[in-house]
Formats: sequence, C-alpha cells, structure tokens
Amino acid sequence: MTEIAVLPATAHTPARRPPQRGYWRNVLKRFLRDRIGLVCLMVLLAIALAAIFAPLLAPADPYRTSMIRRLIAPGEKGYLLGTDELGRDMLSRLLYGGRVSLSMGIAPIVLSTMIGGGLGVIAGYFGRHINMMIMRVIDVFYAFPSVLLAVAMAGVLGSGILNSLISLTLVFIPPIARVAESVTTQVRNQDFVEAARATGAGSARIIIEHVLANVTGPILTYASSLVSVSIIISSGLSFLGLGASPPTADWGLMLNTLRQAVYVAPVNAVLPGVMIFLTSVSFNLVSDSLRTAMDVRA
Amino acid sequence: MPRETTGQARAGRIVEVQDLSVRFVTRDADISVVQDVSFTLDAGEVLCLLGESGSGKSVTMRSLLGLLPPTARVGGRVMVSGHEVTRMTERQLESVRGPVAAMVFQEPMTAFDPVFTIGTQIAETIVSHEGISYRVARARVLELLELVQIPSAARRLDAYPHELSGGLRQRAMIALALSCSPALLLADEPTTALDATVQIQILLLLRQLQRDLGMATIFVTHDIGVACEIADRVAIMYAGRFVETGPIDTLISHPAHPYTIGLLSSTVHESSRGRPLAPIQGGPPDLADLPGGCGFAPRCVARTALCDQVRPTLIPFSTTRAAACHHPALETAPA
Repeated sequence: MTEIAVLPATAHTPARRPPQRGYWRNVLKRFLRDRIGLVCLMVLLAIALAAIFAPLLAPADPYRTSMIRRLIAPGEKGYLLGTDELGRDMLSRLLYGGRVSLSMGIAPIVLSTMIGGGLGVIAGYFGRHINMMIMRVIDVFYAFPSVLLAVAMAGVLGSGILNSLISLTLVFIPPIARVAESVTTQVRNQDFVEAARATGAGSARIIIEHVLANVTGPILTYASSLVSVSIIISSGLSFLGLGASPPTADWGLMLNTLRQAVYVAPVNAVLPGVMIFLTSVSFNLVSDSLRTAMDVRA
Repeated sequence: MPRETTGQARAGRIVEVQDLSVRFVTRDADISVVQDVSFTLDAGEVLCLLGESGSGKSVTMRSLLGLLPPTARVGGRVMVSGHEVTRMTERQLESVRGPVAAMVFQEPMTAFDPVFTIGTQIAETIVSHEGISYRVARARVLELLELVQIPSAARRLDAYPHELSGGLRQRAMIALALSCSPALLLADEPTTALDATVQIQILLLLRQLQRDLGMATIFVTHDIGVACEIADRVAIMYAGRFVETGPIDTLISHPAHPYTIGLLSSTVHESSRGRPLAPIQGGPPDLADLPGGCGFAPRCVARTALCDQVRPTLIPFSTTRAAACHHPALETAPA
C-alpha cells in the first residue's frame, strides 16, 4: 500500500507536501504561480481601474468636439492617442468608454450566469419532467441567433443602456443554462453523489455542496468566455441605436463610427478594437487559469 | 459504539426482509431483478450475498437503504432497525441513511467528491446528522480515521481523494460509513477494485470493526474466498432469487444446490493445483426472459422434467440451511 501521497511534480517543491490551508487559499496559491493568468489579471485590473477613475485620469473632456482638430494621429500636439472623427480626445473617450463597455460586458454575464446556471443545475439534477420543462423553453430561445435575439428584444423594450442590459441577459441565459445542465448531468451520475445519498444527504445538500462545487469551474470558464461576446453585441446594439447612443463614449460605438476613417487614420480607428480585444482575451485567459487553479486533480 | 434500537420484533434483530421483489420498469421492458427474497439479520451477524453479475445481490442490498433508481418498483417488506424502509419517503430515508444503515461502495476513487478533502466530507456528514459544530466533528473524523487504521491520520484529514492510494481511500470510505455509528453496515464488493494484497487488509479491518462495534453487516461479493473470510451466513443468489442459504462452513463443505456445487468446483483452491477448473456450463439467464420452472434448470446437471415445470421454493432442510431445488444434494449435507 502506498503511504506517500502523490506530489505535484514541481522542481523546487520540497519532498513533503506543504500543509493544506483550505481550498480557496490553495486555489489562490496555484493561481499566483500562473504567469499568463496573472499578467492578464493585471491588464484587466488596470483597464477596470482606468475606467473607474476616468474623470481623474482623462486629459480632456471626452465630449468636446473640434472640427479643426479631427483625426489627429496619436502622439501629436498633446493628444497622446490622437482624436476621433469629431476631434474628441481619443484617450479620454477610451477611458470613459471602458465604463460602459466593461459593465455591458460583465453585468449581463453575471446576471445570466446566476439565472441560467441556476436553471441548468436544477434541470440537470432533477432530470425527467423538470428537465424537459426548463430545457425545452431554453431551446426555443437558443434557436435564434444571439445577435438577432438581442436586437429583437432591445427593439421591443426600446433603446437605452438598461434595456440592452436586459436583452443581453436574456440572450446569454440559454447557452449558460445548457452548459450548466450538461455538466450537472455528468456530476449527478457520479458515484460520489450516490455515496452522499447513502450517507443521508438530501437533494438540497447534494446540490449546494457536491454539484455546485463541481460545476462552478466549467460554468465560470464558459461564462467568462462570453464576456467578450457580450461587449461586442452591446456595441452592435449601440451601433443600431438600441443601446448606448451617441455621443456616449462606448468602445463598440467608437469602433463603428471610426470605421469610415480607417483609411485616413488607421491607428485611431483600430484603438477601440484593440481595447475590446485586450479585454476579451484577458478575460478568457484569466478564466482559463482560474479553472486550472480550481482543479484539484491537476 | 453499537446503537440502541427500539421498536423491533426481537431484541437484536436488525434486518427483516419479507418477500422482497424489485422490478425495473422502463418504457420498453419490465424486468424482475429480485424475487421472493426473505431473510433476517441480527446485531453482530455477517451475511454474505454471493452470486455472479446480474444475480440481484447489489439490488437486494441497495433496497435496504432505498437506494434504487427511479425506474425501480419495490414489493414486499423491508424492516431495518424498526424502520419500514419500503414505505418511507425519500426525506424520511435521509434520516435512516447514515445513522441506521451505511454503505461502503465498490469504487473508492469515484465515491468521494474530488473537490473536497476526505476530512471535510466525513465531517460534513456528521454535522448534518448530529447538528454538532464542525470543529467537534473534525475531532471525531480524526478518531474515525485512526479507527480504520489510516497511518498519520491527522495529515490525511486534509488530503484530497486523489492524493490517497486505493487502500487508504477505501479505509476512508469505511470511516465515512462508520461516521454516524450505524447499526447496519452494507458493503458492496468493497475489495473488488483493490489490489490483492490490499484486499485482505480491508477484509480483516472490516471484520475486526464489525466485531468491535457489534454491527450487523451485509456483504455483497462474487468471490467465495472473500465470503469465507468474513461471513457467518451466506445466501447464494441466482437470477434474482436465493437458491441456497446457510452458515458459511457447512455450506462450503456440503453444498446442497447444484449451482452452489458448480460455483465451488469452479473456484481455485489449494487442492485444485494442476487440474483444470470445472466451469458451470452455459451462461447466466436473461432476466427479461426467465424459464418458467427453475431458473437454473438450463445449466443444471441434475435437471429433470419437474425442474422445467415447477419453480422450486426455498425449503429448509435443516435448522440452519435451506435450498431452492427439487433435487438437492442432501446426502452430502449434514443435518
């Protein structure tokens, strides 16, 4: 019989397993060891902080237009990142734009993860009739392309940031519920769930302790990969006049309005896209690292 | 720490099963997996359910905990420590599972939740049943891990299931089963997934714990060697029915049912060295399409016309033994 626990093969760990200090502290320790995840987290934090403190950081008023200073290239005449097609300071607009874009990326996903994840876990755990009822309704929504659905809902609800938040939430409930349902179905059929039942655990305890602990990893990873999609769809809604409306600074909206200037001032036109890219890639990589860190079997 | 039991037909009587039958009903089929099973078990006794795959031994055992899939239809009466399990709702069963009867699973790797430590999982069970604080429960877990002879138990408390070897995991599984001091311990092939060297250690541990704690124990296995090691009484199952019951020693030395005789002659033991094994001809029957008479008749060497027409019932032929056969090998069995 082996009496020595399996050790993670890391070059500089001592031969003895370090004392365990609780699950989340271990997750944190493993996460901190992951360079890529850490760098991406820093990037995200920097973007978030910059957006939060935009009024303090912005060098100019993001809404002051100037017809003679249109599309100045980055670095010229005191405009660090140049100006847009209406002569507004790009850096200031990007900072303010981060507020709308980040919240439109994160808030709908948080809401739909709670609602969709909850529905999916319930459907997957109880199965049979409950599963049928929940998942068939979800399937109806899932049948529409997400952009079309968002546009339709925002159209019905009317324009505005709050309404596009609601429509984006509804758009992301079905895919998250489906992932949650399939992961839960897998976990539900594992021996340890039956073993928990054999020790007298009720459905509530099994769901809260065993199912949630095993499904949050996959659901969170999937949900965080949707943040970038949410940012992009919300930009699309803004472009169609269904979300944030001009002159509000929003990365998606900026990308769309600057698109006509792409031959004149390509760098300016690309900048909002770069921000969206950076944010979404960072979200994906952070979520990936988080999942690895949460997996005790790795 | 044997548990006080109340409201029983007889003091010390832990299990009373009467005419248990289990059918699995799906849209396409209605299959009887267990039929007319009756037995009793007293405190401190070990009953072994012995049979090949699909003979209904696991299902019989699981119905004592109400741990069957939703497609199962259960008939008959199952009393465990004064609780009529067959009449209880899922919610009522929760209070039986753990403190009254607990189960050790076959695969210790998958029977623990991979994201929690062993200590947490066992403590959580104690907390939920006894309402004590987590801190107190943790101290109990440490005692339990020491009871099942896990070396450096204090350190294993915070180990995740994948960090333990198969043998240690199965010991932890036993600790989990014992955590609420059950009156009845159910073990579903607890040694099948383990190395041969570890198997005997786990068996010895189970037998010692069972004797020390005075638990009634039901042991499911397909391994006669395991049964000999641990059982007081054996029930041989074939096609969902008990075909022979009796104390382990006389049943092994003087089997009465042709199936038991076949099982024994197809088992490796010391005197069989150098000789080919004598397998039972044919294969186990399809439970969806059982013959009208004796289920074992198609494979039986003592088969007569009677066997094909009338299903034999379990008839006692001595004070302790019974066989379901029209032609039991009684001349070899002592009274």
